[in-house]
Amino acid sequence: MVELGKYAGVVLAAYGVSLLLLAGLVGLTLWQGARTRRALDAQERRMAQDG
Amino acid sequence: MSIWEYANPKRFMQTSGHVLPWVSGLAVLSLATGLVWGFFFTPEDYKQGSTVKIIYLHVPAAMLAINIWAMMLVTSLVWLIRRHHVSALAAKAAAPIGLTMTLIALFTGAIWGQPMWGTWWAWDPRLTAFLILFLFYLGYLALWEAIDNPDTAADLTAVLCLVGSVFAVLSRYAVNFWNQGLHQGATLSLDKEENIADVFYIPLLISIAGFVLGFVALLLLRTRTEIRARRLKALQARERMA
Repeated sequence: MVELGKYAGVVLAAYGVSLLLLAGLVGLTLWQGARTRRALDAQERRMAQDG
Repeated sequence: MSIWEYANPKRFMQTSGHVLPWVSGLAVLSLATGLVWGFFFTPEDYKQGSTVKIIYLHVPAAMLAINIWAMMLVTSLVWLIRRHHVSALAAKAAAPIGLTMTLIALFTGAIWGQPMWGTWWAWDPRLTAFLILFLFYLGYLALWEAIDNPDTAADLTAVLCLVGSVFAVLSRYAVNFWNQGLHQGATLSLDKEENIADVFYIPLLISIAGFVLGFVALLLLRTRTEIRARRLKALQARERMA
């Protein structure tokens, strides 16, 4: 395990919060993408059925 | 073939669909390599101790925060001059990524500054310009949400982007302009004497590559979503008219 010495809290907090923010951004991007795609597919299906 | 062909949404969707898996894979690989190398396999700095490991997050995030705004400036200008919708949607898609990068740069800077400078925050030229850039990102996103007509929103946000570019430039060059404040000058330099030691430099370069590739992957994903959302709105409007 890496030795961080007296600054362990600072370094771990920097990595923890940054990785959390990055994960949140990726998660939000994927979720918004999937939701929009589903809505567009449903709309196109409905319009194709209605002619 | 002209670059303007990618302004066609259908063409953009086709090409980005092919490129996206490769860029995403390379981004994960280089980001993991850079951060794991930097965190686990680099020594402590003789002055800064283990806090030097924050560099692998702080520098790439700060570089991207400024350069994403620059990219938004270019795509906004393309929108204003040539009226290509994909470019306006790409600027909109990039803003949340830029906001997150600015937040990471501000947070890691504050948490790094406390043990090194003895304070979380100072009204230093570079720090202040970065805070204003963060507020511009927030304002830019709020403006997109506040206006119903997408073309009007694209026009007004493009103008806001032009104004905010002053602070993006200041964030980068504030240290050189005022030559004062707590923040150091550029971390990376072509001058070997001024550049950081190789032991930190190589994993930092890999981490920067990971952040840049991650940005490109997220930008493509988000722009594809914006194009789909625009088509959805158009179809809903057509249905209402029928």
